[in-house]
Amino acid sequence: MNDLVASIPFLGKRHPAVARWGTLALIILAPILAGYFGRTWIRVLDFALLYMLLALGLNLVVGFAGLLDLGYIAFYAVGAYTWAFLASPHFELHWPIWAILPLGAGFAALAGIILGFPVLRLRGDYLAIVTLGFGEIVRIFLNNLNYPVNITNGPQGINGLDPLVLFGWDLSRTLRLGDFQIHSLYLYYYFFLLCVAGAVILIHRLQISRIGRAWAAMRDDELAAKAIGIDTRAMKLLAFSLGATFGGVAGGLFGAFQGFVSPESFSLMESIAVLTMVVFGGMGNIVGVIVGALALTFLPEILRHVAVPLQQTLFGHVILDPEVLRMLLLALAMIFMMLWKPAGLVPAQARYSRPGLLARERP
Amino acid sequence: MDILLQQIVNGLVVGSVYALIALGYTMVYGILGLINFAHGEVLMIGALTALQTLGVLERIAPDLGPLAQLAIALGVAVPVCMTLGFLMERLAYRRLRNAPRLAPLITAIGVSFLLQTVAMILWGRNYHTFPQLIPTTPLEPVSGVFITPVQITIVVVSALMMAGLLVLVNRTRLGRAMRATAENHRVASLMGVDVNAIIGATFVIGAGLAAVAGVMFASNYGIAHYAMGFLPGLKAFTAAVLGGIGNLGGAMLGGIVLGLVESLGAGYIEHLSFGFLNSSYQDIFAFIILGLVLIFRPTGLLGERVSDRA
Repeated sequence: MNDLVASIPFLGKRHPAVARWGTLALIILAPILAGYFGRTWIRVLDFALLYMLLALGLNLVVGFAGLLDLGYIAFYAVGAYTWAFLASPHFELHWPIWAILPLGAGFAALAGIILGFPVLRLRGDYLAIVTLGFGEIVRIFLNNLNYPVNITNGPQGINGLDPLVLFGWDLSRTLRLGDFQIHSLYLYYYFFLLCVAGAVILIHRLQISRIGRAWAAMRDDELAAKAIGIDTRAMKLLAFSLGATFGGVAGGLFGAFQGFVSPESFSLMESIAVLTMVVFGGMGNIVGVIVGALALTFLPEILRHVAVPLQQTLFGHVILDPEVLRMLLLALAMIFMMLWKPAGLVPAQARYSRPGLLARERP
Repeated sequence: MDILLQQIVNGLVVGSVYALIALGYTMVYGILGLINFAHGEVLMIGALTALQTLGVLERIAPDLGPLAQLAIALGVAVPVCMTLGFLMERLAYRRLRNAPRLAPLITAIGVSFLLQTVAMILWGRNYHTFPQLIPTTPLEPVSGVFITPVQITIVVVSALMMAGLLVLVNRTRLGRAMRATAENHRVASLMGVDVNAIIGATFVIGAGLAAVAGVMFASNYGIAHYAMGFLPGLKAFTAAVLGGIGNLGGAMLGGIVLGLVESLGAGYIEHLSFGFLNSSYQDIFAFIILGLVLIFRPTGLLGERVSDRA
């Protein structure tokens, strides 16, 4: 939180208290503000939070441990399909969230370990390609496992997933408090917000722990890390499976929120999109990743609402449709970020577990 | 038995295209240690440029023979792709030569998606039919085994281009400079080699090969579209790794082996998995081979052991 505030230009350093309370108020009031522009924008906010969860998880792998994973969306798919199998009319199962989310996370972590075990000996760029292949294999299976036994329902995907129900409270229904009504999209926002906040706290603690420091050491110089006694193999596996866990949880939430899953949501494009969020915001920096996810979920939507009407008035018809614009934006963001600001919008700084120690040494 | 022979023929045809693309990967990797992720996209641009040229030719010179049409289409597609390869290196990769190791790879992914998007804008999302300029009526050299003239052309052209490349790399001054640069940039430049020019030339040659491969690929399947480069690119990369990345002969061998495995696998997967999997799983063979090679023999079939650059 303090880091987030400190990264706000000007205000953050001069009036930290104003910046802090301002940010907090903004976070809480965001869906209400977005609501003025229409329901779609609350939905976009909800998706931004899901992407934050994903980007935070991928950041564990790419940013902290320095392993480029191009098949991250596969873990998201595992989580989403776990929800689809266990809470939808597809298999006539309707398990509670407390059973499915941990299971989904567990399956995703397991998938991470299964993938990680053989491939983690590989050098960075080889690892990237193999994980990409893994992502594609998962997608091919999701697409084709409707024959001879229908498991995934193929390209059509699975419909009618159960919504999130917390203690008998259905998040997909409008909440009524007397005359006051709260739409389901707001409820999802606050629930996802809680999840993201939990993830941030967890990941922050992880980053400054022994494990986090071991990851940083390994990322910066693997040989040196080995030499000082870090079990790099175990650390890589841990990064992989923990990152996958976040993907699995986000996937489950996505399935419940969206109400249906299909292999199309888990294409390579999505893996790349999440990676771009991490790269754009700042690899290895929690605040950066959050900013990246927020920016790259909102920018395409804004473009969709601005560029399409603009093209219609200028040329009379739509030349670049929104999906193309999104791809263009992501690709350009990735290239230009790497060329001009490889550390991202909010660059990661060296972290110390006891900042006071450093302050005393430097009078 | 006929099926076996037929699948071997198909495998050889696809494999020789993979080999041609794999050469581009392996040359760039040999010199820069970079996986040029956008290489598959060069193939796509090559095929679509050729298609566009053919469309224009149709209008301005409708009574040209099919071979002349093909030659002109190649004559346009190859320089376009070469320019593209040169620009990629000059504008994106050169600035990242000394950057942390993930930066060039992430940029390459970005370039790949940028090219796909640009192609989508220029040519739309639809599948285009690629004209069949070389006759496609199958010949039957052995009973039950069919091979089309297109396929024969593909194998012959690939073989010729690979032979040409080998001569270029092993017998000419440019080739010697390329080998020197691959071994050590700094020492090569001390010996008077213009390292930047050589790296540029490598990208240009690789892109040229990819353009030819793209045209052949599109003529074989009769289809071209904006995402056609992704899978062949990935498979060719697998072929390069299988043969031993950085090794020209290895890339050729890897391409052929991969083509064979894939087409035999697709033909027999239904029997092997007792009807559970069918030929729609064809594409996973490349990934499985890639995984297995990297785990058990990371240096590939013909590669020598290289130390991990820490």
